[in-house]
Amino acid sequence: MIRVIIPAHLRTLAHVEGEVKLEIEGQATQRSVLDALEARYPVLRGTIRDQVTKERRPFLRFFACAEDWSLEPPDAPLPDAVTTGAEPFLIIGAIAGGQDR
Amino acid sequence: MSKLRVLVGTRKGAFILTSDGRRENWDVSGPHFAGWEVYHLKGSPADPNRIYASQSSSWSGQVIQRSSDGGKTWEAPGGGVTTSPEGFPRGESNRFVYDTSAETGKPLTTHQFYDGTQQPWVFKRVWHLEPSLNDPETVYAGVEDAALFRSTDGAHSWHELAGLRGHGTGPKWQPGAGGMCLHTIVLDEKNPGRIYIAISAAGAFRTDDGGKTWRPINRGLKSQYIPDPDAEVGHCVHRIAMHRSRPDVLFMQKHWDVMRSDNGGDLWHEVSGNLPTDFGFVIDVHAHEPETIYVIPIKSDSEHFPPEGKLRVYRSRTGGNEWEPLTKGLPQRDCYVNVLRDAMAVDSLDKCGVYFGTTGGQVYASADAGDSWVPIVRDLPPVLSVEVQTLT
Repeated sequence: MIRVIIPAHLRTLAHVEGEVKLEIEGQATQRSVLDALEARYPVLRGTIRDQVTKERRPFLRFFACAEDWSLEPPDAPLPDAVTTGAEPFLIIGAIAGGQDR
Repeated sequence: MSKLRVLVGTRKGAFILTSDGRRENWDVSGPHFAGWEVYHLKGSPADPNRIYASQSSSWSGQVIQRSSDGGKTWEAPGGGVTTSPEGFPRGESNRFVYDTSAETGKPLTTHQFYDGTQQPWVFKRVWHLEPSLNDPETVYAGVEDAALFRSTDGAHSWHELAGLRGHGTGPKWQPGAGGMCLHTIVLDEKNPGRIYIAISAAGAFRTDDGGKTWRPINRGLKSQYIPDPDAEVGHCVHRIAMHRSRPDVLFMQKHWDVMRSDNGGDLWHEVSGNLPTDFGFVIDVHAHEPETIYVIPIKSDSEHFPPEGKLRVYRSRTGGNEWEPLTKGLPQRDCYVNVLRDAMAVDSLDKCGVYFGTTGGQVYASADAGDSWVPIVRDLPPVLSVEVQTLT
């Protein structure tokens, strides 16, 4: 069981409270976790990764076990502590974003 | 008695203001989608309880919301947890993918960036939603980077009307200060095949075949900031307004200049007349007087606030050229807000109501066609858009 923490705005959008708990078949990676998250909450498609390229949106970052995983390959295995549910996989909004209108 | 519903999009959510036909006491609901930018929301003329909203953020991208009960509850179409019979997750409503098919997406050119280099199209957000005049399930979306999309299934799925970018002038389109956005969509009640759109900074375009083919309609526009001031495209059109009884007559607030066309955009002429400045964003037409139009002059493209710190709506009862300032009830000193392009609307009561929102968070209303104004709410986040529904 994988525990995922998503930003507050996305929790509101997906109508979830607190952590999301996901069962992943096979190796847990960023890609498999996000695939499972989007399958459970389709409204999140496009809000974390681009709808087409599947690239991480620029103002979101991924953390696991106090390490920044944002730039790691999407198919790299996540740490055992995340895989076992001891530690969460965090999706965090960068302290950035701006007004461009 | 009639009721009014004012739909307000802001930088931190949407608000819905309601009143009876006297337009004296307003209830405010919201924020809906708190914390998200709501560039625009608009109700369907065919079913006023159907409202579409564009919710977006720099962090999390684009979400389309819709309501079927006048804004009390909302759903992201197709965003539920169920899956299709094929097991494919739903949730397509936020998917705006440029058409690259050989049959319809032939164009796929690049566009010009601020520095003059060529860049590929990248979807960023929906600026404007325009519901069909007669089908609540059909809605158009104007997006950044500039393109026009249409949904015919209540915003579940979106398809680009690729003929617009297929026109071939894309390499000359460039972003305005707010990005390269398609921000205006005007539907013609008398001619369903005709649609006008406007893009900053490419100009105005028209289709007469329901969106298959398009042509630029910018003759008569002059823009000093592009190398050829009479160019076919490249003009920074801020807004176009039309009275539904006279679909060939268009009014335009350009970056600079207030313009008018009497032939569906084939040729424009300037009607700025005695305005204190002809820079601005909004323009709208009185609900019952096709020659009465409203603008809000802004000092300049580098100083986005009213001249002299006085917030003044200007009204012309002659279709332009002769303008009168409307000031009663509006701040006439120390006012330095802006009024953005989608932030003015009119109701259709006998005595036409006029509404606009400011970047200072006020929404002003006039129940007497502009003669006097009151703030119907005054401390919202910066207002991005205002629409009005007149409910009977």
